[in-house]
Amino acid sequence: MLHAFAVLLCLQLAGEALVRAVGSPLPGPVIGLALLFAWLVAKLPLPQETNATADGILKHLSLLFVPAGVGVVQQLPLLGAEGWKLLAVILVSIALSLAATAITFAALARLMKIGNEAPEGAGR
Amino acid sequence: MINFVDLWVYLSGSPLLWLTVTLVAYIVADAISAACGRHPLANPVMMSVVFISCVLVISKTAFPSYFAGAQFIHFLLGPATVALAVPLYRHLPEVRRMFVPMIVALIVGSVISITSAVLLAKWLGLSKLATLALAPKSATAAIAMGVAEKIQGDPALTAVMVIMTGISGAIIVTPLMNMLRLKNYAARGFAAGLVSHGIGTARAFQVNPLAGTFAGIALGLNGVLTAILVPLLLPWLL
Repeated sequence: MLHAFAVLLCLQLAGEALVRAVGSPLPGPVIGLALLFAWLVAKLPLPQETNATADGILKHLSLLFVPAGVGVVQQLPLLGAEGWKLLAVILVSIALSLAATAITFAALARLMKIGNEAPEGAGR
Repeated sequence: MINFVDLWVYLSGSPLLWLTVTLVAYIVADAISAACGRHPLANPVMMSVVFISCVLVISKTAFPSYFAGAQFIHFLLGPATVALAVPLYRHLPEVRRMFVPMIVALIVGSVISITSAVLLAKWLGLSKLATLALAPKSATAAIAMGVAEKIQGDPALTAVMVIMTGISGAIIVTPLMNMLRLKNYAARGFAAGLVSHGIGTARAFQVNPLAGTFAGIALGLNGVLTAILVPLLLPWLL
């Protein structure tokens, strides 16, 4: 756990450093993700418990958004009278894009005969 | 009662209190979510946020003193993003097979997400600042705020849109996909991550590990594409 966490932090740090050096528009952690992925593909040595540590953090990914969410509630007065209209735009826009993305993906997968219908664990 | 007030004054000034409140609120919210069979409306992020916000209002606590404690949790978003590489590598064969559908769906979804938000905002007569904040709403917060600066928008308002998009998307994705009768969990997860970034990805991991993996990919790819597309599309849309 300790070693794997150190690996995650080192790669995030490397990502942040690269972003500053190159002036990339991507955030440091996303570069860190790419670095860890490249590391895994190259089959370079990693602490044994890296998989378990990553799964452990991702299992409670929701928790990590709570402080930012509370911050947003504090900012709600910023929306003023436009609040409801903003929420309406968000709801319609995300419904359209969720449907368009998933339908495009599933239709192409079916067309190319690579669809994997309902794999492990049926969903709700 | 004097003692209680003294104790409160002491505790409310230390990061320990709000760190603990955040963690315990989430554990309770997650237990409720599990008890409701992970029903989309029992979203653990939303429940924790509502509960903590009420506590802050009742106790008249300012956000900076809350964040002094909660920042330790917020900080973990960085290493968690790096950790997304692990499920991505684990599901590499599926990801390879799905490459073409993924890239086409990415472009379709990203364009629709940006144009629908801007056009709807214009149609409802929203202010320019609000419209600009809505354009990058589906990108992860760090990227969306960077885009906002680039297009002379307001990064703080943009962050509000990003989180609202994340939570609403995490709530509506499951009923919407069931309504559309889509059973391809790669497609469902990819849509959740593309539209609702990290919060959608967290929801996808709750439902299915393959959905979570594709959500993580979509979160990364759409972050990049939104940063490229918003400045390009805006002059045409506004």
